[in-house]
Amino acid sequence: MAFDPKTLPQFKAVQENRRRALVREALEVGSTIDGFLIEEKIHSGGMATLWRVKHPDISVPIVMKVPMILDGDDAAIIVGFEMEMMILPRLSGPHVPKCFGVGDYARQPYLVMEHIEGESLLARIPDAPLSAEELTKIGARVATALVDLHRQNVIHLDIKPSNIMMKPNGEAVFIDFGLSRHLQLPDLLEEEFRVPMGTGPYISPEQVLRNRTDPRSDIFSLGVLLYHLATHVRPFGFPQAQSQLRKRLWRDPVPPRKLNPNLPLYLQEIILRCLEPNPDERYPTAAQLAFDFTHPDSVKLTERAYRLKRASLLTAWKKRFELLGVNEQPKQPQPAHLAPAPIIMVAVDLSDGMETLAETLREHVARVLTTLPDARLACVNILKLNRLTINYALDQEGRNIHVQRLVDLKKWARPFGLAQERITFHVLEHADPAAALIEYAQSNNVDQVIIGARANRALRRFLGSVSSQVVAEAPCTVTVVRLPAGGDDVTL
Amino acid sequence: MRLALLADIHGNREALDACLAHAARQKIDQFIFLGDMVGYGADPLYIIDRVRDLQAKGAIVLMGNHDEAAGKGSLDNMNSYARHALEWTRIQLDEESRAYLQALPLYHVIDDALFVHADASSPRAWNYITNASDAERSMRGTDRRLTFCGHVHRPQLYHMTQQKPAVLFIPQNNTPIPLVGQRKWLAVQGAVGQPRDDNPDAAYSVFDTMKQEITYFRVAYDIETAAAKIHAAQLPQILAARLFIGR
Repeated sequence: MAFDPKTLPQFKAVQENRRRALVREALEVGSTIDGFLIEEKIHSGGMATLWRVKHPDISVPIVMKVPMILDGDDAAIIVGFEMEMMILPRLSGPHVPKCFGVGDYARQPYLVMEHIEGESLLARIPDAPLSAEELTKIGARVATALVDLHRQNVIHLDIKPSNIMMKPNGEAVFIDFGLSRHLQLPDLLEEEFRVPMGTGPYISPEQVLRNRTDPRSDIFSLGVLLYHLATHVRPFGFPQAQSQLRKRLWRDPVPPRKLNPNLPLYLQEIILRCLEPNPDERYPTAAQLAFDFTHPDSVKLTERAYRLKRASLLTAWKKRFELLGVNEQPKQPQPAHLAPAPIIMVAVDLSDGMETLAETLREHVARVLTTLPDARLACVNILKLNRLTINYALDQEGRNIHVQRLVDLKKWARPFGLAQERITFHVLEHADPAAALIEYAQSNNVDQVIIGARANRALRRFLGSVSSQVVAEAPCTVTVVRLPAGGDDVTL
Repeated sequence: MRLALLADIHGNREALDACLAHAARQKIDQFIFLGDMVGYGADPLYIIDRVRDLQAKGAIVLMGNHDEAAGKGSLDNMNSYARHALEWTRIQLDEESRAYLQALPLYHVIDDALFVHADASSPRAWNYITNASDAERSMRGTDRRLTFCGHVHRPQLYHMTQQKPAVLFIPQNNTPIPLVGQRKWLAVQGAVGQPRDDNPDAAYSVFDTMKQEITYFRVAYDIETAAAKIHAAQLPQILAARLFIGR
C-alpha cells in the first residue's frame, strides 16, 4: 500500500481553514454549543470573552471563557489558552474553579467553568494600606490555596490581585491559568517564547530568567501583592520594558515599614522573605508560609523585620555586577508535591510513665530531621480537658499547667538543637486528643505526623487508641513509634 | 473510545502478555498494533496468533519493517543481529503467516489521528524519529493533527504549531497528557518487547479519543523467561542481554 503525501492537503491549508472556522462561528446570545446555552456576555477583555451560560445537567452557575483569536499573530493568546485547556480540567478542590467542559479547538475553543462568587483582590487595592489583621488573613488564605495548587503539580506563575477571587466563605480561588505550568505536562509557553512570561509588577526573578519550574515563584508574587496591600505602593514599580524587569534581581525594595510604620514586624519579616531574589532564601514551601501567617507569634524575626532602609547603592551595584553573567536557563522541573521542606508534626506524650516512649520518639524524630535539613518541626502536646473539671488550668500546687507543659515540651526538644525558625511548640487543650491532633495536622498542612503509641494492651485495643485514630484519619503520612515488646514503662 | 497502542512487540511473548493483562484493567475499546510484531524475540508464532485473535475482534494491525522483512525475506538494511533473528523467524513461520505479514497495511486513520509504524511522511522508508527535525518532517507529512508511531523503542512526545519548530517532551508514565489545541502532536511509543530507553519494563499507551488524552504506561514482565527462550533458540545473546537493561 503506497502512501502519497500529495493526496493529503498540507498542514498550512488546514490551519487556515481552522482559523477561518473560528472567525465564522461567532457566538451570540441564544445560540447553543455542545449543549451550553449562551445567555449573556459578562466580560470582554483583551484576551478572552466571558459568557454566562446554562446547561440542562449543571445546576451551579457556570461561565464560558472564549479566547479572542482573530488572526494567527496572537500566538501568546492561543498558547495561553491551550495551556489553560490542558491544566484546568486536571485541577480539583476548593481553590480552583471546577471545569465543566472544554471546546474542541478545531471548531470552537472554550472552557466552561464554575462561576466564582465574590470579588477579586483587585477590589481591595484602593483600601490599602490594609490592617495587619486583614493582611494576615489574606496572606494565610492565599498561601493555603497555593499549598493546594502546588500539591497538584501546578505553579500558577501569574499571581496578582485580579487572578485571586475571595469567596464569601473566605476561601481564596485562583483563576486564569494561561501562564501556569503543570510539572507533568509539556510547557507550551517555555518552548515557544523567548521572552519572560508574566505580569510586570508581580513577575518573579526566576521567571525573568525564563525558569518556569519553581513553585517558589508564586511565593514571590504573593509577596509583591501583600507589599502592595500593606503600603499602597508596588515594591518594584510598574516596569514597562523587559530590561526594567531584571532590576528586581539586584535592587531590594524599600522596607514596607518605612512606608507604613503601623505594619507589625512579623509582617515585614514575612513579606521581605517572600521577596528575596534568591528562591532559596524565600519560604521553601507555601505550607511553611501559611504556617507563619497562622502563627504570627512564632515568626522568627531577623534583620529583615527591623530593616528601615534599602541596601546601599554600592551593595546593590555589587550584586548587579555579580549577576552580569547570570542568564536565562530553563531548568528541569522538580516534583512540587514531594515537599523538600516538609512540616513535620510530632505528638509528644509527657505523662508520667511515658518517659521511655518519649525518648524513643525523640530518637526517631532526630533521625528523620537529619535527612531533611529544611523540615520544620511542630511539637504538639495535648492537654486533655475533663469536661467536668472547670479549674483545669491550675494543678494542685496552683501552677499553670499549660505553661508547664510548654516548658516540658521545649525541654524534650532541646537535644535537636534546631534554630528558632525551624521549630514551634503547641499545647492543645481538647477533650478528644485524637481529634485535636487530626485537626491540627489538617489546618497546618502538615506533611507527616510522628506519634508514639502506648503499649498494645487488650483494653486499649478495645477502647481504641489515639494513635490508631490519627493513623486512620490524618490527611498525611503518619509514623507510629512503638516500644519493642516488653519495653513499656507502665507495669500492670 | 479508549485505544491501546502497542508497538514493537518483537516476538516477546512475556512482554505482550503482561501489557495485555494490564490493558484488561484499562477499559480498552480497541487495540492498535503499530507494527514489528516479530523479529528479535523467540515467540513470533504466538504473537501472530494472539494479534490475529484480537484483530478478529476489531483490532487494527499495521506493518513494521521487521514484519515486512520476515514476510518477504528481504533483509537489506538490517544489522547482523536483526538479520540473524529474522532468518530464524522466517523459518518458524508458515507460508500463511508470511503472507499475512506481507499484506499488512502501512497506516490507519481514525478521525484526525494517523497510526503508522515509522515516519508518516514516507511510511515505507522506515525512517527513525529520534529528534525534533525528524518529528517535524513526519508531522508535516500528514494533514492529521495527531500521529501515533513506534519504531524507535523510546517513548517521546513532540508537538508543533505551524510557525514554530517541533518540540520534544519526555512523557511521564501513568500521567494522562492532553493532546489539545490547534497544534500537531506526534506520540512515539516505547517498545512492548524490546525497550531501549534504559528502562527494561514493557511500554505501551492508552489514548482516550473523547478526552484527547494519552497515558504512557510501563509494565514489569518476566524478562528471565523471555531471555531464556532467546538463548534456547540460539539467537544472538545480545538480544537477550539487552532486555535486562532496556538498551
